[in-house]
Amino acid sequence: MIDYSVDSTGVASIVWNMAERPMNVMNGESLAAFSDAVYKAINDKGVKGVIVTSAKNDFVAGADLVNLLKESADAAKALANSFKLQKLFRDIEKAGKPFVAAINGTALGGGYEICLACHRRIAADNPKALIGLPEATIGLLPGAGGTQRLPRMIGVSKALPMLLEGKKVDPKTALGLGMVDEVVPAADLLARAKDWILGDGQSSHVKPWDQKGFRVPEAANTPRGAQVFTAGNAMLRAKTYGNYPNAQYIMSCVYEGTLVDIDTGLKIESRYFVACTQSKEARNMIRSLFFSIGEANKLANRPKGVPTQSYTKIGILGAGMMGAGIAWAASSAGLQVVLLDTTQEAAEKGKAYSAGLLDKRIKAKKATEADKEKQLGLIKATTSYEDLKGCELVIEAVFEDRAIKADVTRKAEAQLEPTAIFASNTSTLPITGLAEASARPANFIGLHFFSPVDKMPLVEIIRGKQTSDETLARAMDFVKKIRKTPIVVNDSRGFYTSRVFATYVTEGLTMLAEGVNPAIIENAGKAAGMPVGPLALADEVSLELMHRVRAQTKKDLGDAYKSDGSEPVLQLMVEKLGRIGKKAGKGFYDYPADGKKRLWKGLAEHFPVKPETEQPALADVIKRLIYIQSVETARCIEEKVVLDVRDADVGSIMGWGFPPFRGGTISNIDTVGVKPFVAECDQLAQKFGARFTPPKLLRDMADQGKSFYTV
Amino acid sequence: MTEAFIYDAVRTPRGKGRASGALHEVTPMRLATTVLEAVRDRNELDTSLVDDVVLGCVMPVGEQGADIARVAVIQSGYAETTAGVQINRFCASGLEACNMAAAQVMSGQSQMAIGGGVESMSRVPMGSDGGAWSTDPAVALPTYFVPQGISADLIATKYGFSRDDVDAYAVESQKRAKRSWDEGRFKKSIVPVKDINGLTVLDRDEHMRPDTTMQTLAALEPSFATLGEQFGFDSVATQRYPEVERIEHVHHAGNSSGIVDGAAAVLIGNAEAGKKAGLKPRARIRAFASVGSEPTIMLTGPSFAAEKALKIAGMTPSDIDLWELNEAFASVVLRFMQALNIPHDKINVNGGAIALGHPLGATGAMILGTMVDELERSGKSTALVTLCVGAGMGTATIIERV
Repeated sequence: MIDYSVDSTGVASIVWNMAERPMNVMNGESLAAFSDAVYKAINDKGVKGVIVTSAKNDFVAGADLVNLLKESADAAKALANSFKLQKLFRDIEKAGKPFVAAINGTALGGGYEICLACHRRIAADNPKALIGLPEATIGLLPGAGGTQRLPRMIGVSKALPMLLEGKKVDPKTALGLGMVDEVVPAADLLARAKDWILGDGQSSHVKPWDQKGFRVPEAANTPRGAQVFTAGNAMLRAKTYGNYPNAQYIMSCVYEGTLVDIDTGLKIESRYFVACTQSKEARNMIRSLFFSIGEANKLANRPKGVPTQSYTKIGILGAGMMGAGIAWAASSAGLQVVLLDTTQEAAEKGKAYSAGLLDKRIKAKKATEADKEKQLGLIKATTSYEDLKGCELVIEAVFEDRAIKADVTRKAEAQLEPTAIFASNTSTLPITGLAEASARPANFIGLHFFSPVDKMPLVEIIRGKQTSDETLARAMDFVKKIRKTPIVVNDSRGFYTSRVFATYVTEGLTMLAEGVNPAIIENAGKAAGMPVGPLALADEVSLELMHRVRAQTKKDLGDAYKSDGSEPVLQLMVEKLGRIGKKAGKGFYDYPADGKKRLWKGLAEHFPVKPETEQPALADVIKRLIYIQSVETARCIEEKVVLDVRDADVGSIMGWGFPPFRGGTISNIDTVGVKPFVAECDQLAQKFGARFTPPKLLRDMADQGKSFYTV
Repeated sequence: MTEAFIYDAVRTPRGKGRASGALHEVTPMRLATTVLEAVRDRNELDTSLVDDVVLGCVMPVGEQGADIARVAVIQSGYAETTAGVQINRFCASGLEACNMAAAQVMSGQSQMAIGGGVESMSRVPMGSDGGAWSTDPAVALPTYFVPQGISADLIATKYGFSRDDVDAYAVESQKRAKRSWDEGRFKKSIVPVKDINGLTVLDRDEHMRPDTTMQTLAALEPSFATLGEQFGFDSVATQRYPEVERIEHVHHAGNSSGIVDGAAAVLIGNAEAGKKAGLKPRARIRAFASVGSEPTIMLTGPSFAAEKALKIAGMTPSDIDLWELNEAFASVVLRFMQALNIPHDKINVNGGAIALGHPLGATGAMILGTMVDELERSGKSTALVTLCVGAGMGTATIIERV
């Protein structure tokens, strides 16, 4: 696990080498072994210095999160463990002999904190290696000295973004920031580390903060530091709305810790770290952003026994925004893409979208002209269905019209092998109905991409009534191949993501009709943790489109259609006022060409605002906007639209930006507690309508004291 | 309860609070001794009658540190037995010092005490004393800290005061301040600051811009737009006040209080001590109050403090002849007038800090003195003096001419 050796010159090597794992991680076992090796080296008078490195491709990838959650259940124990780890790293720092981190590959979180404890950090020039402290992104903070050593080393203003945003950088960038001291060719790494130990290292193994007169650059008791923290605090609240306690704790660690000596600072950090591990936000983020997304990416729900499908060539029907985006994603993964549209011009335009993205990457030095040529060579823009011959998969991304979709389905299938999959990228039309146009409905499936495809990592896979297990498994293989995250849902109106996402917008519109101050609605949406307020979102989606989808639903459902409070709002805005959304420059907001959007002044005339004393409290508005999404998701679970609650959580966060600190729409119910959630929904239903009525599934769970997750 | 009377009130002129200001060469200690000596000398006061000197000072560090009140008492040659204490209630410190001095008298624990304040903003700049509220994340985030300028703009946005409204108020403040000087309304209180040779350094408020018009103000850029928009403070403010869509930035140097240097002192005592000193009371202190208010909007405290003081005095707003509210920002005064329904011709009749400046620790005592003078000049009876205070507070004092 940890290899220890001393060479003839007195240089010891401590080599991380966890054979049973793909990457080195810090857990109880590996840390104990590392600790033994460290103290052996410190106590051996013959050892002149120590190289800490790894025998794997990566250095150390961070803490083992399963282990971490388990061991932090008890706060007092967690604090004792944290103090122990701090002491180990502090003993490295005060060893009286030089320790060098020879960073051969990725060093993240605790892995980089080992490096910070060393007296010198030398990184191999490996552009794929990532260096950083990403704990913030899963609700934690760097709890092994990261919040103390990094600001002491590179200054508060440079350290804060690294700590708060959890940025990962390559070795060259790390060198520029001062996070590593040298970058050398990989082959020279160990020799260079040894040279330093036997040379300069013999006289420079006392950290600046262990020398007299050291002052932390930009500590809060300096004028510059006071400015950094004052502005930093405000910017942090502006960004997080106070929803992420770990972000404030990181600021606090740096603020409080840099006003005192390092040993006291480390104690402060440990206490805040333990507070993070106890927080529901960290549990939610670790569960959904780490484990559940990880499981989805590993295709945990792929039907068993179906051989893995490899892909070489796919077809895309319709080269509009979505088709062009999918072409980009598939060609990025090395697949040949036939991009088909009704005119050559339209097809070429779709291909040009990839060219544009590649140009941007070239500009950002993330790709070369050769890469561009190669990738564009994979995309064939065409109008001829015959070009689809040999495609293993065809995805249609044409206009949301049943007749058009049926037509392209028939034309494409005529060219395909019987085994090929036909997928629809529809976001609204039920898959089972679309499959009626198919000659082999078992091979028909929904692949719902999100816009813009190059940025959005989620694909909602929709199983129609006749879709086979085999087709589902192979479609999942495709999603994995193009490096996106699949969730699997059963066919239903709006599937999962569109259906639940719509409730957020609808609730906002309903409140507007009730006389809630639109500023409160919008601010509540953002304060709830959603990326934008519901009215702004409606403008972005387009009120006209929402109105049209509703009309279609009405037509499809007939008597079964249920109106809601948002319907008259849409009707008025679209039909009477012609305020159809952002694209038209007017919706709930005005979009002045020269400035930022503003709520339309005329709104109050059509949706009279209740007097201030009758306005709801912010917390109540937030509750409505969030609970409606959770309760609708619970219905999706009950109706078996979504089969795995982890998919529901992952889909909500990645699909429409449900707040990660809530862990997703289902985790949110667990966070509130199923029983109190049911009780609150009953109250909401009484006040605002049956849409809040909890489904039987939730009532049963509440009665039985059950929760969705156990961890 | 013993009655507390104001026997005298003095102040220095206010010098521009920067290196080019006339009082920049004068130490804050000298500003404080100037007013203490004036109280003694012009009243031929036996200072052994004075039990305590309470001085407000908002940046009590450096040369304003280490209890400047006590050291100023020693330096002024007061009786050794006169104690001194420096206090800080931010912008209301000067008034709070008078209230504390009055409280000592009213409770019978002091016979005579001086309240006042001192601030050399040019020599000990704002922010010199640090503090946790804005910088400590564990404090700033949960309490929605924003700087005062953002609060002032929030008041304007929430209560509907436009850029024109706040600018028009500022123009009137300048006009009234000029008239006051032209008519000699401040003469009774002003004590010139002199040099070591006895030569005058400053004898007139030097921050005023009497030629201010709506047009000259229109040219000024809002002061807090960058702070609000680029450093996140607008978002913090709307998170606390979600009914506000977006903060309108209307305040600038021309409609906010000026940064100046100065000091003031008010002699307060019971009837007996006054008799002993051979002094005639000029006003009675009817009531005073301080109150906490919502800290993010921060500057709406005065109306609550005024209501509290009125209640203590058993009075209603209609019983007050003259209102004096420190012009920290124009919107603060406009909101106060709106909240208590006070006509403009009854408030800040001699101009205010927008024209004259706001030496943080001293202003409260200065405007209390201004009201004593104005009641005597106009023959009116009652006045209410109040200031908005950082971190969401208000302090108010009601006086009645004797």
